[in-house]
Amino acid sequence: MEAGGAVERAQSGDSDAFRLLVEQHSRAVFRLAFRMTGNEQDAEDVVQETFLRAYRQLGKYEARSSFSTWLYRIASNYSLDLIRMRKRHEDKRERGKADERDILQTLPVNTPGPDRILYSSQVQERVNEALNELSAQERTAFVLRHFEGLSIDEIGETLGTGTNATKHSIFRAVQKLRRSLEPVVTTAR
Amino acid sequence: MNHIGEEQLVLFYYGESGESAAIEGHLEECETCRDEFRALQRVLNTVDSAPVPERGPEYGSQVWQRIEKRVGHRPGRNFMHWWIWAPAMAVLVIGAFLAGRLSYRTQRPGGPATVAVSNQQIRERILLVAVGDHLERSQMVLAELSNAPEGKGKLDISDERQMAADLLDDNRLYRQTAASTGEKGVASVLDDLETVLMEIAHSPSEVSNQQLDDLRQQIQERGLLFKVRVLGSQAREQESEPVARKDKEGKKL
Repeated sequence: MEAGGAVERAQSGDSDAFRLLVEQHSRAVFRLAFRMTGNEQDAEDVVQETFLRAYRQLGKYEARSSFSTWLYRIASNYSLDLIRMRKRHEDKRERGKADERDILQTLPVNTPGPDRILYSSQVQERVNEALNELSAQERTAFVLRHFEGLSIDEIGETLGTGTNATKHSIFRAVQKLRRSLEPVVTTAR
Repeated sequence: MNHIGEEQLVLFYYGESGESAAIEGHLEECETCRDEFRALQRVLNTVDSAPVPERGPEYGSQVWQRIEKRVGHRPGRNFMHWWIWAPAMAVLVIGAFLAGRLSYRTQRPGGPATVAVSNQQIRERILLVAVGDHLERSQMVLAELSNAPEGKGKLDISDERQMAADLLDDNRLYRQTAASTGEKGVASVLDDLETVLMEIAHSPSEVSNQQLDDLRQQIQERGLLFKVRVLGSQAREQESEPVARKDKEGKKL
C-alpha cells in the first residue's frame, strides 16, 4: 500500500504524488534492472524508462496487484527488450567468450593474492555471461525469484505466465546456470 | 528411498517445496542427495557474488530530476478508454460547432466587424489536444522499431505488438472523429498510422530481420515517424496556447 494514496493521486494527474512514487521505488527498480542487464548504464536507462512508461500508463494501472509489482513488470519487460537488442551487437563478445573460458580453466586452485582477485572478478564476469545465456523468460523469472525474493506465484502473476510455466522457467534457468558455473565453482573449492 | 529430483531440490532451496520436512529428513540420511544439494547451493551462492552498485537515499530524487521535464500534465484515470471520453468528446465537438454557428462578435473602431473564434479552430484544438497522448505513445512504438538493431537471431517485439494492439482502437476512433469533423490532415496521418499499427499488432512476437525491415519500410515510406512527431508537437503547443481569434478573413488578431 502506498503512503497517502499516492497512486490514486498520481492517477488523477498529481505530479507531486508521482514524484513520491519515483522516490520511493527508484532504488528497488535500479537493483532489479542491474540484475537483469548486468550493466550500470543500461540499468539507469531502465529506471528512467520504467517511470516514464509507468507515468504514461498510470490510467491502466488497477490495484489488483501492488504498485511495485506493476513497476517490476514494466522494468522487467523493458530490461529484456534492452538485453535482446544488446545481444545482437555482441558477436565480438561471443568470440571472446571462448578465450575467457580458457583462462578460467587454466587458473590454479588456491591461487594467492592478486590472482585470486582476478579470479573473483572473472567468476563474476562468468556469472554475468551465464545469466546472459538464459532466455528472456528464464532470466526474468530467475532474477525475480532469486534476487528479489518474489514467490513463484507472484512471479507468475507479474509476468502473466502462471505458476507452472514460471516454475519451469526457474528450473531451466538453474539447470543452465549449473552447467555454466559448476566447472568454475568446482575449481574454486 | 528414491533420490530427490533436481526440480524438487530447486524448490526446496527456495523454500517452495510442499515436502520440505521429508526432503530435510532424506538429506540427513542420503549422502548422494546431500552432495547434489550442496553443489546446487554452491552455484546459486556464486550467482549472489556479483555485486550491485549501491544507490544512496537521494537516488529517487535524482531520478525524478532526470524525468521531471518529460512528465507533463497527464490526463487522469481511464482516459484512453473510449467509452469514457467519447461522449465528452461528442459534447465538446457539438459545442464547438454551436460556438462556430453563433460566433463571438464584437465591435471594432472604424465600423462593425465580426470577430470569431472560428469553428474550425476550436475543432482543431479539441482534436489535437485529445490526440496528443495517443501520438506520443504511438511515436514510442514506431521509434523503438525504427531504432532496433539487427542481429543474427529474431527480435522479440511482443511489447511493441501489444502496445500497437492497445493503440489501434483509440486510433480508429480518433481517425473517425477527425474525418467527421473535417480535419483531413489529422485524419490522413491517423489513417497511415492505423495501417502500420495494424501491421505491427498482427506481426509475430518474434520477427526476422526481413520482417523487421518490412515494418521499417512501411514506417519510412509514409514518413510516418516525422508526421507523428510534427502532429504530436502541434498537439502539445495547442494544449498550452489560448485559442487565437481570427477575423472574417481568417487573419490572426
